[in-house]
Amino acid sequence: MKRREFFSRSVKAGLAAGAYYTFSGSLNLLGNPKTTQSEIYDLAAIKGGEPDAMFDIAIQSFGGMKKFVKPNQTVVVKPNIGWDVSPDRAANTNPKLISRIIKHCFDAGAKDVYVFDHTCDNWTSCYSNSGLEKAAKDAGAKVVPGNNESYYHKVEIPEGKRLKEDKVHELILESDVFINVPILKNHGGADLTIAMKNLMGIVWDRGYWHRNDLHQCIADFSTYSRKPDLNIVDAYNVMKQNGPRGVSKADLVTLKSLLVSKDIVAIDAAAAKLFGKEPKEVKYIKYADEMNIGTMDLSKLKINRVIL
Amino acid sequence: MKLRNLRTARIFTSILFFTVALILFVDITGFIQQNFSTEIIFLQFIPSLIGFIGALGLTSIGFIIIVIVTLLFGRVYCSSVCPLGILQDLIIFAKRKIGKTSFKKQKFSYTKPFSKTRFLFLSSAILLLLFGIITGITLLDPYSNFGRIITSLFRPIIIGLNNLLVLLLELFNNYSIYPIEFKGINFFSFLFSIFVFGLILFMSITHGRLFCNSVCPVGTLLGYISKLSFYKIKIDESTCKECGVCAKVCKANCIDLETNFVDDTRCINCFNCLEVCPSAGITYQRKKAVKDLPSESKRDFIKNITIFLIGANILSKAQDKIKVYKESTIPIIRKNGISPPGSISLEHFNENCTACHLCVSACPTQVIQPSFLEYGLLGIMQPLMNYKIGFCNYDCVVCGDVCPTGAITNQFIDNKKLIQLGVAKFVKENCIVYSQGTDCGACAEHCPTKAVKMVLDIEVNKKAPVINEEICIGCGACEYACPTKPYKSIYIESNPIHKLAQKPKEEELKEKVDLKEEFPF
Repeated sequence: MKRREFFSRSVKAGLAAGAYYTFSGSLNLLGNPKTTQSEIYDLAAIKGGEPDAMFDIAIQSFGGMKKFVKPNQTVVVKPNIGWDVSPDRAANTNPKLISRIIKHCFDAGAKDVYVFDHTCDNWTSCYSNSGLEKAAKDAGAKVVPGNNESYYHKVEIPEGKRLKEDKVHELILESDVFINVPILKNHGGADLTIAMKNLMGIVWDRGYWHRNDLHQCIADFSTYSRKPDLNIVDAYNVMKQNGPRGVSKADLVTLKSLLVSKDIVAIDAAAAKLFGKEPKEVKYIKYADEMNIGTMDLSKLKINRVIL
Repeated sequence: MKLRNLRTARIFTSILFFTVALILFVDITGFIQQNFSTEIIFLQFIPSLIGFIGALGLTSIGFIIIVIVTLLFGRVYCSSVCPLGILQDLIIFAKRKIGKTSFKKQKFSYTKPFSKTRFLFLSSAILLLLFGIITGITLLDPYSNFGRIITSLFRPIIIGLNNLLVLLLELFNNYSIYPIEFKGINFFSFLFSIFVFGLILFMSITHGRLFCNSVCPVGTLLGYISKLSFYKIKIDESTCKECGVCAKVCKANCIDLETNFVDDTRCINCFNCLEVCPSAGITYQRKKAVKDLPSESKRDFIKNITIFLIGANILSKAQDKIKVYKESTIPIIRKNGISPPGSISLEHFNENCTACHLCVSACPTQVIQPSFLEYGLLGIMQPLMNYKIGFCNYDCVVCGDVCPTGAITNQFIDNKKLIQLGVAKFVKENCIVYSQGTDCGACAEHCPTKAVKMVLDIEVNKKAPVINEEICIGCGACEYACPTKPYKSIYIESNPIHKLAQKPKEEELKEKVDLKEEFPF
């Protein structure tokens, strides 16, 4: 993506989003800090717009992408690309959202943006049929394979109870900024898959987690020192049953929502509520809260709620 | 066209056919395989013949064209189309270059035909085929042997080179090509490919196209047909100066200068002789056919084949029990091998597959692997679904698209999604939910139809896998994903005859969403 092209597209998208949002005043879609009266929130919850427009609003709640990405830094964006299904089945993160995030990163001056996932289905099919490979490449990101053990390097997880070490993808270890972009879904084994569960896609041996108390391992891994700098939950189309792969579009409801937070436990708690579940019912959220990785008590948080 | 140019034309044609066949089998991108395999294999004799017999398909008429061409011009197929034949020419060419021997200074000479040997190989293959046993073809077919040699011996090298290049580019922060996971080789197929490759290497270096004229059933069959062919290589005694240079360049060792006789059954129409003859003493022209099919040893042959058949029958029953994993708390033993989607039944598959391994090489998830004895001795090397290595991609019909013989039939994607290769079986004792008392769900997670679902088991107050066999398609995703060690807790039991699964029911959600509603937090 040429910078100029990006700029013109941003303006167009910005105008579209602005049309929803005429009365909110301080919104700045181009991330120009001079005109932003930036009030920093712990969590942003946006509803009712398109994924890209909602992200424009959400990221402003944190002072724009510039707060996370400094010029010349490298960024890794980790969507859920687990399944070989089309975007309308919402088993993978929304491509429009990913594309928008990448644009914000480049706009903040990122040198390189990488996108990868350790997929469940055949990875080349997942990358292409999810629409994410094209979306990411068109936005100027580098799409990197996650299918080979040689990319994964051993790390220690000293605070883990069941999971003491794991092998993590080199991009997570090497990149300056790590943005975690899960999609909210029902999940047969873990109840829900959101931000913490999405980190299963940056490690090599998922089987170990399954064998050794899945919920505890999900919580354990979130203690690992390289935490996501930003979590963005895609809840535009939400798979309410038959997750995480889904059988048909009948499994989905359209919530048109987006959550953003630095606190991985808080965002999972908020997403769980959005889904219709109490956070403490989802064991890994409860464990993570008990281990003080973050908080599932949303009453303590400063939340920017926007309904478009 | 001048007769001398025939050799040049043959060389160009053969390079073309060899290159596309080679690319087809090493294509690590899958693009050529998925788009052009039918066209590339169209003229390959055995795949086309088996496809014709099996499916009575009019698309499989390539072999008829070859027979017609042979009737007109002789064994052009062996020199210009057959990839294994051309591979031998390349070996001969390499030998010449290494030994710095010029083309005309080669030292082939006339040998007597191995009539009994080649007749035995051909008739065994045909007789077995008449009994519905394809094993003879599997072992002898030049195209399938070529496929196996490339898939087992050369493709791994290409994958290795690709992965090295990936590492190199990665140093420059370039991720444009990706590593290909090499998921191992089947030991027997590997050994057999080495054996055949070694055999043709030895035979071609010492005796030119000996393999084609003693072992290869296609060569032998086309040889007999070419006795009737319209155009033939022939020594013209009126112009021949008896310099003998033609016999020295004859890879088929079929020019007998003592009797001025060219053995049509062995001549592969390489046209080397036409090129070197200084006096137009050897020609390519119409000739009346002489009927003298070999009649020796037919009685012996019948005897031998009967013994072989009885033996094979006993051996085929001594089928290998398929141990899925080594040690065992609850041993998992499959009753049968699982054949790829579209192969209709084990019987259809085992009767029509020549084990060319094109599907092995084309399968995106590499779940299709050569078998050893899982189908019994007669099905040796025929591919099967190996759920240790991968699982069948729900949205994929590549194996049926590339299969040249119709052993795996072509399927529309919507049909394929309902083909039940087998059904999932649950081994409760091995399952984490019961043995560890913790949540897992890896099987249900991967299941594309939700035939495996996590349902609350009140006894342990945990969600545990429950299988709905009606909608299970036996893709093996659950088995592959199951994390228990060393044995899986869920596995696919083969359907010897593939069945039709029910379509997964779409349960509509009765949820009303109010987009203006406040957030629940």
